[in-house]
Amino acid sequence: MPAAPSLRTTSLHPVHCALGARMVDFGGWDMPVQYSGIIEEHNAVRKAVGLFDVSHMGEIEIKGPEAAKLTEYVTTNNVSKLKIGQAHYSGLLYDTGGFVDDILVHKVADNDYFLCVNAGNQEKDFEHIRSMNRFDAEVNFVSDQYSQIAIQGPKAMATLQKLTPVDLSSIKYYWFADGPVDGTPARIAHTGYTGEDGFEIYIPPSETHRMWNLLMEAGSEFGVKPCGLGARNTLRLEAKMALYGHEIDASISPLEADLGWIVKLDKGDFVGREVLAKQKENGVTRKLVGFEMRGRGIGRDGYEVYLDGAPAGWVTSGGPAPTLGKNIGLCYLPTAHAIPGQSIQIMIRNQPVDAVTVETPFYKRAK
Amino acid sequence: MYPENFRYTKEHEWVLADGDSATIGITNHAQEELGDIVYVDLPKVGTRLEQSKSLGSVESVKAVSEVYSPVSGEVTEANGLLADSPEKLNEDPHGNAWLVKVKLSAPDEVKSLMTASEYQTYVGAEK
Repeated sequence: MPAAPSLRTTSLHPVHCALGARMVDFGGWDMPVQYSGIIEEHNAVRKAVGLFDVSHMGEIEIKGPEAAKLTEYVTTNNVSKLKIGQAHYSGLLYDTGGFVDDILVHKVADNDYFLCVNAGNQEKDFEHIRSMNRFDAEVNFVSDQYSQIAIQGPKAMATLQKLTPVDLSSIKYYWFADGPVDGTPARIAHTGYTGEDGFEIYIPPSETHRMWNLLMEAGSEFGVKPCGLGARNTLRLEAKMALYGHEIDASISPLEADLGWIVKLDKGDFVGREVLAKQKENGVTRKLVGFEMRGRGIGRDGYEVYLDGAPAGWVTSGGPAPTLGKNIGLCYLPTAHAIPGQSIQIMIRNQPVDAVTVETPFYKRAK
Repeated sequence: MYPENFRYTKEHEWVLADGDSATIGITNHAQEELGDIVYVDLPKVGTRLEQSKSLGSVESVKAVSEVYSPVSGEVTEANGLLADSPEKLNEDPHGNAWLVKVKLSAPDEVKSLMTASEYQTYVGAEK
């Protein structure tokens, strides 16, 4: 089934169609939302291993003598703390303190940083970083050079290890190594967006189809499943990982989004610092908090949240948590109430339904 | 696949009429399109339904879908099975996982709906 002409496709698009995946428009990309079923795919990742085509994600390089300075200036986390071969989650902010995007920064060398950014934001991110470049550094848009496959689940390492001489057990969580996967040069990162152990590999688009088949074969003894964006969403929600356009966007700061841990105010000047410093001093007025439904129903994105009978916030993401057997979600509430144990109501089809705020993440894997 | 004695709507509901009473459900095509069904919201007994107006909703992991009543009438029973086991709707949409039973207020409405073969053609063309 060819994609609508306005939609972009990854190099694995024919594979998804051949597998009978249900395709959706995801930020301008024709992507698989599910293959066998969201719950089955979700469970495969929690219990064994799943493969995700995440080739739509963007890649940006920052290189040159002052690459570290530029990366430090445009992101919120502490770039100078990164060792070569290490990665971290970070924020790319406007000077208003709102998010341009949330990203992964990989330190390839002292003068070489590799950014993984959201598909729908990649051009915007590139322009933003370039506009902030008053350093001796170059910013390269390299999305076309990479496809990305995420291998996630307790059997991810055993699956990928069959195809690479790189000792995966020596790559710590949120570190990466460059090395061959079945002879193809790859960047192998011990990262993921599922709350489960796993790897994300960056490979040349021409090799993706071959690599996908090899991984499916390598994982077959564990019951590997191809997984779509539907399972990716339920998995990341259980692990309380933010999704751009939901928990975070241009109007929301990392302190509001409960992402204070990626904001390093003492690292020196960076874009958005001034506003964040004020927010830190004065406190934010609203904050992200998790909830569980108590009444029957599912609080979903955009639904209003009521506190003591009055509208007080909104749901950013919500749905069933297959691992927990509950209906969960994230919402913004006035800071004083954005703590566990608050009784709230979610307005579902004009009916208030009881829910309660809870500790997050909802799911944490046993280490 | 689609029972001959049912009638069907363009929104993928079915109705099985017997005199002035009827059973309403969603079609196999509908459950396939929705994927894993995790919640079903049904009207209470005594609710008056109007043809083509919302009857309730069915939620999959990803999304909420309205269910439209194929006929007008009063709800006499809502399927209690679906409160605890919404996934039955994926397994047996034309059988045990019916949604509501109604007392028809305009039994002739049923005749305006698609027959099994018309519906089969309709969903075939939609793909």
